[in-house]
Amino acid sequence: MKRANPTRQRLAALGLLGVPLLTYPLLSLPSGELGGIPATYLYLFGVWAGLIVLAAWVAERGK
Amino acid sequence: MLSGWFIALLATAYLGLLFAVARFGDARADAGKSIISANVYALSVAVYCTSWTFYGSVGRATSGGLSFLTIYIGPTLMLLCVGVIIKMIRISKAQRITSIADFIASRYGKSQLLAGMVTVIAVIGVVPYIALQLKAMAASVDVLLEHSGGSFQVLGLDSTFLIAVVLALFSILFGTRHLDATERHEGMVAAVAFESVVKIVAFMAVGIFVTYGMFGGLSDLFQKAAASADFGRLLQLDSSRAGTWTSLIILSGLAIIFLPRQFQIIVVENVDESHLKRAVWLFPLYLLLINIFVLPLALGGLLHFDGQGVNPDTFVLTLPLARGAESLALLAFIGGLSAATGMVIVETIALSTMVCNDLVMPILLRSTGNFVDKRNDLSGLLIGIRRAAIALILLLGYIYFRAAGEAYALVGIGLISFAAVAQFAPAMFGGMYWKQGTRAGAVAGLLAGFMVWLYTLLLPSFAKSGWMPSGFVENGLFGIAWLKAQALFGLAGLDEISHCLWWSMLANIGAYVAVSLNSKPDAVEASQAERFVDVFRFDSRNTEARLWRGKASPDALVQLLERFLGAARAGQQLAAYATSRRAEHWRNLPADADFVRFAESELAGAIGSASARVMVASVAQEEDLGLEEVLDILDEATQVRAHSRELEAKQRELEAATTELREANERLRELDRMKDDFISTVTHELRTPLTSIRALSEMLHEDPRLDLADRSRFLGIIVTEAERLTRLINQILDMAKMESGRAEWTTSEVDMGEVARESMASLEQLFREKGVVLEGDIPSSLPSVLADRDRLTQVMINLLSNAVKFVPGGTGRVLVRVSGAADLVRVEVHDNGPGLTAEECIVIFEKFRQGGNTMTDKPQGTGLGLPISRQIVEYFGGNLWVESEPGAGANFIFTVPVPAPDDNNGRQTA
Repeated sequence: MKRANPTRQRLAALGLLGVPLLTYPLLSLPSGELGGIPATYLYLFGVWAGLIVLAAWVAERGK
Repeated sequence: MLSGWFIALLATAYLGLLFAVARFGDARADAGKSIISANVYALSVAVYCTSWTFYGSVGRATSGGLSFLTIYIGPTLMLLCVGVIIKMIRISKAQRITSIADFIASRYGKSQLLAGMVTVIAVIGVVPYIALQLKAMAASVDVLLEHSGGSFQVLGLDSTFLIAVVLALFSILFGTRHLDATERHEGMVAAVAFESVVKIVAFMAVGIFVTYGMFGGLSDLFQKAAASADFGRLLQLDSSRAGTWTSLIILSGLAIIFLPRQFQIIVVENVDESHLKRAVWLFPLYLLLINIFVLPLALGGLLHFDGQGVNPDTFVLTLPLARGAESLALLAFIGGLSAATGMVIVETIALSTMVCNDLVMPILLRSTGNFVDKRNDLSGLLIGIRRAAIALILLLGYIYFRAAGEAYALVGIGLISFAAVAQFAPAMFGGMYWKQGTRAGAVAGLLAGFMVWLYTLLLPSFAKSGWMPSGFVENGLFGIAWLKAQALFGLAGLDEISHCLWWSMLANIGAYVAVSLNSKPDAVEASQAERFVDVFRFDSRNTEARLWRGKASPDALVQLLERFLGAARAGQQLAAYATSRRAEHWRNLPADADFVRFAESELAGAIGSASARVMVASVAQEEDLGLEEVLDILDEATQVRAHSRELEAKQRELEAATTELREANERLRELDRMKDDFISTVTHELRTPLTSIRALSEMLHEDPRLDLADRSRFLGIIVTEAERLTRLINQILDMAKMESGRAEWTTSEVDMGEVARESMASLEQLFREKGVVLEGDIPSSLPSVLADRDRLTQVMINLLSNAVKFVPGGTGRVLVRVSGAADLVRVEVHDNGPGLTAEECIVIFEKFRQGGNTMTDKPQGTGLGLPISRQIVEYFGGNLWVESEPGAGANFIFTVPVPAPDDNNGRQTA
């Protein structure tokens, strides 16, 4: 652990990416509904799930 | 149907199952076969989801719509900063840290004052949160009983009190098995992970039942809600609350690592750092799944019980009950019970360690030295204190629950606790990344932040419950308007949580930084700062030994260990330590800095770093190193590190330079060898004509009777050989000049066709003599090339004379074809000679290598013509090669590039 660990940096970068995606003003963008489900609901859970999938990919890949 | 006794039995059976799981986990840990895998670790982190999540989120969603999600998005983002958490884990393992109070105290010079402060803040901040769990359990029991119309009381005690007692027993049994708090509670972790599974299964079952059983799926539910003006607004985010949204994400992101129970699970109970890699996505996934049905449940409850005044916090139970699904309601009840018990157990264990080590021990050690001295074995006393602390904390929670009653909604209490533990953030982060942070700064920051939290959040919540006059909230303290508790200095318009977070963080960070910059750390602080901030690089072996100086008696240290750890455990640890230092018995070891450090860290695991420091200092005669000396030692260590890094860099450079030198040397040797070859070849080539000239001359000289015909034939040969010699020498000189770059080139515009025609004309005689047909296919107009006309003529003549040499006399044919394209002029010299093998096609361009067998045939050229020609063509940017097959003649081709038009103009004017 002398040098910065690339997996940790990628995960941290994902975290930093999540901050603007999951806060205002971007959060006010989705409006209306899709298939009867509010777009905001879909957006929040979609971005969240996307972050989780990416994190899982980054974290489990190095093994 | 659902009698009180049945519910009690069910709850007891469930807790019994938990006992069994915990027992199993402990048994496996004792057998050395830990069941704590990455998945179990990740699930145990979900102790974050308390009954506040289980019941409260739905309640919150009925008023705030999607804003409840912030509480789960914050942890998701925080957990992605794995580096921060790994650093916390690494430091805690190195320093034998057992709680967040210990962490902060240890970093700032093992300060008992700081440890006590953090403990007080944590207890005050978290007790309401424990009360909240009891309240949720009481409410859920009430809902079930109300439904069945029964009631449940044993000896006049209410069910909540009984639950609190059972939880206290559970915590005591599994949280205080070992004295050493760094010893992991694997049974407890296993039980918590098991509870996490139960609660998510229960919650999702209710969510699916309501969404798909009571309504026609997600979109049906959302459409019905959207049709109502009141509920429709819950589906949209209110962008005027953007500030609150962000504040809650920050707050929950801090809570996920600074809540005492989270610190306990994530840091103290961590078995293997690599488990974090699983937790980093599995725990957020858990959060996501458990939240999918929160809004649908809230909307479903609102739509179903429209106007009936059912408490939204109990929708999870009341919705299944309304449809008569009693077993599902019981499952939900068990899920809620899991959520609450998991939180209470871990939280009380974490808090009891802090209370025991950081509040009670310092007081005992200080005030009643005699009392401590008299008791030989203190380990029993320590465990007793911890058990009492667990009971006391739960009792406090119960009292708070009784007193607060229905005064405040679930969600409010949780956020107040979050804001309290957020006050640890500056001291924690500063401590891990900023060496200049001092104890005075940390004390000032914590105090300032805590006071602001107390004034703007906790006291107003008391006022709302009617426990104290609310004048300071409505009119400001002493009637001063800008001291209004929830609109401090006129900062109105924020919700209370954001308002508190903003002011408390300003005060906290401001005081921490300002005081840190204006105070000097003492020696212990300075060395601890180094150990924390540079945990990944700290060279403990060499530096630790120098950071302690004094005299200690091993017996006194061992006695200390035995008194606090118990004789058996102390003996075990001592034996392990002796083995690690390759000694048979600790008696053979000197009581040096390393021994003292070992003893102190063992003690720290049991009674906290601050108390351990005091105890060790009491039995060892320590020299006070003083700040200057400590800083010198640390600087030296840093310098040594820097120097060794520099040395490494230098060494790498040297190695690189050596490799380069070796390569250069190889190249030189190769060149040298080539030069030797060249010289020996040249001498050989020169000697051949010289030998024949000399032999013929000698014959002419020695035999005067030679007839005229022979004489003139010999002389003819001599002349030819002399010419060949001259040509050879000229070509060698030419070659040498070209290779050394000293050849003279005169560049002008050359018409390649003209060069070809002239060369053909000048060699016409030669061809005719041998009876070889020479044909040309040369267009009249060709683009001019920039080159040396004489040199190109030299190439042409060389190729033509080669061709005539190799074609058979009489039937030979040589064809010269010149063609022009936009970017180059291509010249082909085609013959019908014997042709060349693929290998020969390459070697004929090497110096002194000729076509045909040079061993048997008389050499027909110098072997330099083609190499020279190739050098000339390449000098002008072209290529020279041969296409041939044995028996099919040879086709020598060279190209010369045509300059680009503008380039051409440039040359002309120049």
